[in-house]
Amino acid sequence: MVQVTYLDAIRQALLEEMDRDPAVLLLGEDIGVYGGAFKATAGLLERFGWERVIDTPISETAIVGAAIGMSYLGLRPVAEMQFIDFIACAFNQITNFVAKSHYRWGAPVPIVIRGPAGGGVHGSAFHSANPEMYFVHTPGLKVVYPATAYDAKGLLKSAIRDNNPVLFFEHKFLYRRIKEELPEDDYTVPIGQAIVRRPGRDLSIVTYAAMVHASLEAAEQLAREGIEAEVVDLRTLLPLDRQTVIESVRRTSKLLVVHEDTRTGGIAGEIAALVTESAFEDLDGPIRRVTSLDTPVPFSPPLEEHFLPNAARIAEAARDLARY
Amino acid sequence: MKSDPARQELTHEEALELYYYMRLNRSLDELLVRLFRQNKIVGGLYGSLGQEATSVGTAYALAKGDWIAPLIRNVGSLLVHGYKPRDIMTQYMARVTSPTQGKDGTCHFGDLKTHHVVSPISMLGDLIPVMAGVAMAGRYLGQKIVAMTWIGDGGTSTGAFHEGMNFAAVQRAPLVVVLENNQWAYSTPVNRQAPLRDFADRARAYGIASYTVDGNDLVAVLRIAREGVERARQGHGPVLIEAKNMRMLGHAQHDPAEYVPREMFDYWKARDPLTRYEKYLDRHKLWDEKEKAAIHARIESELAADLEFAENSPFPPAELAEQGVYCNGCHNIEAQWRRAKEELMPPKSAVTPEWTIKDFGGMETKPAVAADRSEQQHSVIEGAVVHPPQTDRKRKITAPGSRRARR
Repeated sequence: MVQVTYLDAIRQALLEEMDRDPAVLLLGEDIGVYGGAFKATAGLLERFGWERVIDTPISETAIVGAAIGMSYLGLRPVAEMQFIDFIACAFNQITNFVAKSHYRWGAPVPIVIRGPAGGGVHGSAFHSANPEMYFVHTPGLKVVYPATAYDAKGLLKSAIRDNNPVLFFEHKFLYRRIKEELPEDDYTVPIGQAIVRRPGRDLSIVTYAAMVHASLEAAEQLAREGIEAEVVDLRTLLPLDRQTVIESVRRTSKLLVVHEDTRTGGIAGEIAALVTESAFEDLDGPIRRVTSLDTPVPFSPPLEEHFLPNAARIAEAARDLARY
Repeated sequence: MKSDPARQELTHEEALELYYYMRLNRSLDELLVRLFRQNKIVGGLYGSLGQEATSVGTAYALAKGDWIAPLIRNVGSLLVHGYKPRDIMTQYMARVTSPTQGKDGTCHFGDLKTHHVVSPISMLGDLIPVMAGVAMAGRYLGQKIVAMTWIGDGGTSTGAFHEGMNFAAVQRAPLVVVLENNQWAYSTPVNRQAPLRDFADRARAYGIASYTVDGNDLVAVLRIAREGVERARQGHGPVLIEAKNMRMLGHAQHDPAEYVPREMFDYWKARDPLTRYEKYLDRHKLWDEKEKAAIHARIESELAADLEFAENSPFPPAELAEQGVYCNGCHNIEAQWRRAKEELMPPKSAVTPEWTIKDFGGMETKPAVAADRSEQQHSVIEGAVVHPPQTDRKRKITAPGSRRARR
């Protein structure tokens, strides 16, 4: 079987869903003739034509707005943000129009807004951000952030078939760096389910996206030192799979939350509150977090490396926590 | 009698039906003000006094199956499109029997399945791209629908308005935008929104057709709306219709509108759209006293029945607050296909991905300096100024093999 990259898994999901259902169509900047800034939509215009792969003006508000209107007539538009940082331009459409539509007047908005997120590629402050928590704080949305090629494909298919709006964050650092064999058949990965990537008895590392790989790397190092860390990949941030997190903490009694997002208001805070509410008696140590700094994403490599979490910092925090 | 052009423009039934909606809009508004003073309305009350002809005349130009997205003052548009006074009363009274079951108030409601009404949100301008999407989806599915939405003079200052108009224009979407210039955005006068005499001039920047019409002349509004709707339906792209009228009350009931010069209210009161339409019906002998009285009686009894219904309706149960954030198997909106899906599937959908720009975007065939286009000729048709669309077809970017380009 062929090895499929994280990026090509996304492209496959789009292609297969468009093959399956003519109600699925794409909107975005430079996604057609050019095939997308990262080539996530390469070849789709050739296959599906101008009506289904729509190159738009530089208008994130109009891209999301038009997707909303299309969904009201039963279509399933997938809107691309060329970089997920630009989702800020459509913030009002997403938080006020999309998220509240079903609650206010019963109109579901089955759209997907997807795009490349995350740092580590020296993209600086406007091409590296992790803005997921603006939207995790917004009832009515679903927020997905896969860490593997398998999940990227399966979760994107689920997102397109979901009756609710799904924000689909893709980590651009992973696009061409990871690959795996994918099943030939049409599979999906359910939204809202975390997964234990590595079992362990000494502490739980709860994380998502690119930090899953950094956490697994740290866990391998820790194992050589006799510390068995369990790594939980959240996969979906909203709705959060509380049960998997709490069950893991009950097994290990210690919790380290790792995210590439900045520290204040990151999901680590929410998970810490959740665990103290639901599993306080099981805890044998303080809840720790390893995150990016509370700064914009800096440009120059030494600055960005200082900004981002990495396996060494995760391992250091885990060792400290394991001593309790 | 048969030579009277008015009688050719409106059938007797249409003339009376239009009056019914005009009078119903006005009477419902008056009733809501009474309810507000009796403290029976929850939150603010946003009136439509003085704007009835624009709401009724534009919506009346649409056909069954068309989609609308009104703003909160477009009560008349909602009535024309099939909503009942009780829907608006229960919304304002926050009852469980309202279209949103009390989840939202005012005219913030809609329905995808039967009425084809998209609910507004309070952030103005956001409906424009959404309705561009509705229009594009209708075309994609092979439906011959038109999408219509409304925007105020103030709303045209938003970025969403521009993005939506521009995207609809490049897509040539069957969208009609009614720019209701009611002179005031809360307390801000129109000349503090943009230095334009006619806000329809904004259409030139999008290369689309536009009209400016007296928004208090119901028949002229309907005439222009019909032309605009037909134009959009035929695939000529979006249309912007500026209807000039006047918000005859404050922004909402709490606002006495002391910032509006008294003489300005007097000017517009003398041009009241309901009175004008009554005179029109008299002048052209389109009704008699008996018919007028019958419409008044019908409205009176409908409003009384709906008020009773609304007042007897309970408030929603508290636990409803927790329901409906997500659509979990609740319902599906099925696409209504009116064309062969195969056209959109491989191999039929396959194309060569290539852009071409006519003349490579150069100026060889044009004067080196573009002429000042600020003094465009405006053609005049009865009751309206018509601005010709400014699309320069030679510079239009087309994609070979595109069905859209051939349309």
